[in-house]
Amino acid sequence: MTEASNAVVSPFTQSALDFVKSLEVSGDFAEVRESGMAAFESLPFPTRKTEDWKYTSLHALTRQDYNRPADNFDLDNAQELFEVSGLDAYQLIFINGVFVSELSDDISEAGVSAVPLSVANDAQRALFKQHVGNIAETRRNLFTALNNATVEEGVLLHVEKNVQLKKPIQVVNITSAQQQASSAFARCLVVLEQQAEATLIEQFVSTSETQNILLNQVTEIQIGDGAKLNHYRLHTEDESSLHFGGVYVDLNRDSQFESYQIALGGKIKRLDVLVNHNQAGSHCEMKGVYLPKHDQHVDIHSYIEHIAANCTTDETYRGIMADQAKAVFNGRIHIHPDAQKTLANLSNKNLLLSNKAQINSKPELEIYADDVRCAHGVTVAQLDDKARFYLQSRGISRQEAEIMLSFAFINELLESIPLDALRHKLRPLLAEQFTSNKSLTQHILDEEIGVRSEGAL
Amino acid sequence: MLSIKSLQAKVEEKDILKGLSLEVKPGEVHAIMGPNGAGKSTLGNVLSGRDGYTVTGGEVSFLGKNILDMEAEERAREGLFLAFQYPVEIPGVSNLEFLKASVDAARLHRGEEAMDSMTFLKLAREKCKAVNLDQNFLKRGVNEGFSGGEKKRNEIMQMMLLEPKLCILDETDSGLDIDALQVVAEGVNSQRDPNRSFIVVTHYQRLLDYIVPDFVHVLADGKIVKSGGKELALELEEKGYGWIENEGA
Repeated sequence: MTEASNAVVSPFTQSALDFVKSLEVSGDFAEVRESGMAAFESLPFPTRKTEDWKYTSLHALTRQDYNRPADNFDLDNAQELFEVSGLDAYQLIFINGVFVSELSDDISEAGVSAVPLSVANDAQRALFKQHVGNIAETRRNLFTALNNATVEEGVLLHVEKNVQLKKPIQVVNITSAQQQASSAFARCLVVLEQQAEATLIEQFVSTSETQNILLNQVTEIQIGDGAKLNHYRLHTEDESSLHFGGVYVDLNRDSQFESYQIALGGKIKRLDVLVNHNQAGSHCEMKGVYLPKHDQHVDIHSYIEHIAANCTTDETYRGIMADQAKAVFNGRIHIHPDAQKTLANLSNKNLLLSNKAQINSKPELEIYADDVRCAHGVTVAQLDDKARFYLQSRGISRQEAEIMLSFAFINELLESIPLDALRHKLRPLLAEQFTSNKSLTQHILDEEIGVRSEGAL
Repeated sequence: MLSIKSLQAKVEEKDILKGLSLEVKPGEVHAIMGPNGAGKSTLGNVLSGRDGYTVTGGEVSFLGKNILDMEAEERAREGLFLAFQYPVEIPGVSNLEFLKASVDAARLHRGEEAMDSMTFLKLAREKCKAVNLDQNFLKRGVNEGFSGGEKKRNEIMQMMLLEPKLCILDETDSGLDIDALQVVAEGVNSQRDPNRSFIVVTHYQRLLDYIVPDFVHVLADGKIVKSGGKELALELEEKGYGWIENEGA
């Protein structure tokens, strides 16, 4: 090994290397681990000069060692962290990356494999081995490279041809507060064969204490011809959490990927989403909301690769930054030379609730085909004074008016969530981010008079 | 009801109101007419407490209370209502939740409890019907995609729900065709009451054919320069504002 390896510059990278060495040598995933390790070692540790990390400092990671998390979690209190009342879903629960069978469902549906690797059978492990690492992009993402190097536990969701999963799969990653700085790893692989359909809810939650733990998680999704995945990625961890996540999607002929990403802020929260339109006729729809406050930081990087012709992308992200919070949104759409007749649309709207809040938003369109329709738009605004005065002039307090207007900014996206139970869980949860005073959110959360109250009229 | 004494106000360092006085008693309808730039809209904005308008002199007493130190929402809860010339569109806030928040704020201010949702819904539907608005408007965003006439009818519906003591109609007739104007005027007339007063601000006499005022005032260069009965409006329509401005000078 060369001494000059750029990766070994910080306690974080040294800890990571130690972690990888401590893993049992298992034949199954040796290949992906080795290539992940090689990529990790060859990548420089990102600084502010690294384009993809310009606005997200990783300095916090360079100050201490990262250990394996302690097994200190009280299972009795786990349920309330992720419970979505009224949601009928299969649950697979992980704490600090470790599968918890006591809290999880045994899923047996014809044509479906939905198992953690630790209890998967040989055929399932072989299937995982066949696909893992195929889509995840390790050339530019240190954390994804590291995740590949640590593949050990994770979820396999495989749906056979023409099979429609009867219930959503809810994969919950819980982190628990640690005495010593720690890091945990998690992985998810989804393979939908031709014409298959499934709903995957990825939930990231934590206890409400100072976390002191970093979660590195990667999800790879392969969507076969004519297949469809409804995807939710919900980040509601404590604000002290550190998260480095990646979602990597391959779309095949006429397939569909519909994704909702909701993120409260963390100490550092970074999500990279890469979607490859590999074959004609595929459709990607992504909606995202990020709501950092206090000193929190959220960074979402999306990369859409239009490789084949006749594919569509519709991307809408909205962010509200309060206090001293910072957010980064980078939305890249790359239209390759053969991707004629592409329709791509990217919208990113931001609301700053304080003079000290920040957003760095950058849309990037790179187009190498001549017969395409692409549009992008970014806005950054503060609350509309005229609208606020209108509400106040009807007797609504300034505080409630500001909360109504802030919530309105994301309401449209929330209202479009098709799973009722999730919507009912998320609306109050997000409204609470603006105030803990329930009298100020009672009107926006009144189900009987809300925008959706069609039944009531 | 309302007593304005020598009110002076400025917007962005520019003096707009220059000593305006007006007395409004319960049940009266006062029309304020005047040329563009006279300060008509400023009067409504100052009375309702909009940011950016600085009162530099004079007094305003509403039901015996000095309202100039109150926040906009307090004035509204005390019973002051401004019907906007250009009601703002607020996507994402449903008309219903907005209306209920308004009604509840007024009720809490009076020491009553918030209205239960079902009772409120029934009431809102009733008022919708009264101003000839389809019930679908209730669940849409506030004024979102409403036509000019629909926005004005929405204003009148809010007035009916809030039952204010003093209503200021700021050029409510602007942009309305004659049919819409009649609907709006009927709504206003249905709210006339011995205990409720109106200030109707308008550039044109036409509205006053439908909302017949007890008094007509001419506002020019930040002051009331002439007052009279409803016939003054007709005279203004005929002769324009020039002769009064000359007279006032």
